[in-house]
Amino acid sequence: MASEAVIHVERLCKQYETAAGAVPVLRDVNLTIAPGEFVAVMGPSGSGKSTFMNILGCLDTPTSGSYVLNGKDVGTLDTDQLAQLRNEVIGFVFQGFNLLPRANLEDNVALPLVYRGVTKTARTAQALEMLEKVGLKGYGNSMSNQISGGQQQRAAIARALVNRPRLILADEPTGNLDTATSREIMHLFTRLNKEDGITIVLVTHEHDIAAYAKRLVQFVDGRVVHDGAVTHLEEAPA
Amino acid sequence: MMGPMLAEAWHGMSANRLRTFLTMLGMVIGVGAVILMLAIGRGAQFQVDQSIASMGSNLFIILSGSSTAGGVRLGGGAAPTLTLGDAQAIAELPSLAAVAPTVPGGAQIVYGQNNWGTQVLGTTPSYLEVRDWHIEAGYPFTDSDVRSATRVALIGQTVAKNLFGEEEPVGKTIRIKQSPYLVIGVLAAKGQSLDGRDQDDTILVPVTTAQRKLFGTQFQGTVRFIMAQATAPEAMAGAERAINQLLRQRHHLQEGTDSDFTVRNLTAVANTAAETARIMSLMLGAIASISLVVGGIGIMNIMLVSVTERTREIGIRMAVGARQRDILLQFLLEAIIISVVGCLVGVILGVGGAVLANKITGTAVVITLSSVVMAFLVAAGVGVFFGFYPANKAARLKPIDALRYQ
Repeated sequence: MASEAVIHVERLCKQYETAAGAVPVLRDVNLTIAPGEFVAVMGPSGSGKSTFMNILGCLDTPTSGSYVLNGKDVGTLDTDQLAQLRNEVIGFVFQGFNLLPRANLEDNVALPLVYRGVTKTARTAQALEMLEKVGLKGYGNSMSNQISGGQQQRAAIARALVNRPRLILADEPTGNLDTATSREIMHLFTRLNKEDGITIVLVTHEHDIAAYAKRLVQFVDGRVVHDGAVTHLEEAPA
Repeated sequence: MMGPMLAEAWHGMSANRLRTFLTMLGMVIGVGAVILMLAIGRGAQFQVDQSIASMGSNLFIILSGSSTAGGVRLGGGAAPTLTLGDAQAIAELPSLAAVAPTVPGGAQIVYGQNNWGTQVLGTTPSYLEVRDWHIEAGYPFTDSDVRSATRVALIGQTVAKNLFGEEEPVGKTIRIKQSPYLVIGVLAAKGQSLDGRDQDDTILVPVTTAQRKLFGTQFQGTVRFIMAQATAPEAMAGAERAINQLLRQRHHLQEGTDSDFTVRNLTAVANTAAETARIMSLMLGAIASISLVVGGIGIMNIMLVSVTERTREIGIRMAVGARQRDILLQFLLEAIIISVVGCLVGVILGVGGAVLANKITGTAVVITLSSVVMAFLVAAGVGVFFGFYPANKAARLKPIDALRYQ
């Protein structure tokens, strides 16, 4: 196949060991996401969608099953290789923004470049370029805790973009934002997906946010219960 | 890689200035204390070493006494049993370099309007050799002075200062017990002895002069003690045996009876004093080192708090691609910077404190480059050692656990 899948997950299981015994969170998940897709992941609380995202982001490891990211079998990689993969292939956007406090936006956005060994001048140039791309031109010296939530999320997206990743994983990126700001952020994601061809996987529990995506994956009790067009949404149980 | 890591470490430290300062203070006090204590300890050692050097090397002192009178054993020096003949006989021993029979006594010395009470030692020219004592001005007396019991004197610095002031003593005549003595030389300064006496407060005269003209005694020709110098440190044990054997023979002592003299190894006494000073110096250093370790534990404590506080930050860094060694290096650098900067300030305070102690109390201090370098290296090592555990703890966090941490 010409375009190799960005994400290919087979028979993925995850269970947590508790005092009461093993609690399964993901059961036999199979999923393939091709380059350039814009996928929304939905599901009620406890359905396993966040755990699934953490595994996709190489932040957590599955109990069993295989996960191939960008042609690499993640299960065979050591911690340093995983860190490199996170650095080069994935851009993270979190619900809580997760910017470093007490650091300005330029330093925050440039952070992934630090771990890639990029020189200071190149870091600054790229960070400023990314800030401009997300509409934060001139905010380089602003402190991350002194700007609005929408601006913080834009900065976080700039940080996710700075290493020019193939994949952006966004875990409830609009969860802490008002409707108008949410719309702006989603427009930004749509633009990145359309213009730069970046694959986006986004977790949300809001239908109107999921509506920006082209494909919808729904989780219930650790299983994929729907995988298809977003138009299905109207009929889907809330 | 090092540049941005240093910047990150600096960032972490400046985020909580007071805490960083207090942590640093632990190192400052530790290093300062080590350097100050080492300086004082080394100073004491230096003083003792100087006293020992001023005493002369490989020394024996042979005391008369330990005699028995009517069944009562008297202590050393109670009866004058040593004679000039003994001294001459001992001098023949091959293991001895120089031998000086000595008759000490106190006397009031008069020169012009001044008078001064001091110790007068009757001895032979060998005394200067045994004590490694030099003449600053004039000449020493000779064996012929001893043979003819001339009235000549060598005076110590303290005596010269008190009797003559600014005047030149050599060639002047002083009066010891009303009799005139010609000052033929001034002894070089010796300083304090091990027991704190002023060694320069003394006058040397020929032993025969002391015996016959100064301190009349009922035992003609006896001396109070004999100082003897062995040829080398290794020869001391053999020399001590030889002296004992020779004197017992000369004093006609039967097998099994007590000796009527005592041979004391002064160098051994001095070595004990030197050893004591060394141990004191070591102990001071050891006690100060404890504060260094406490400072290190302080660093570890704060770094552990810092790692816990910044768990989420660590998670973020890991999410954007920080490897374990990046996180390790960041926190380790923080610990090292704190300890090295603390150490530099500590060195300055320690050296300054030592100089101040010397100025104010007159305590002898010796600051060696090696002790400063050692304190510095140990402190840096302490930083690495105590910084490693927290840094390693941070590096080993799982990204997902660190990110979820609230």
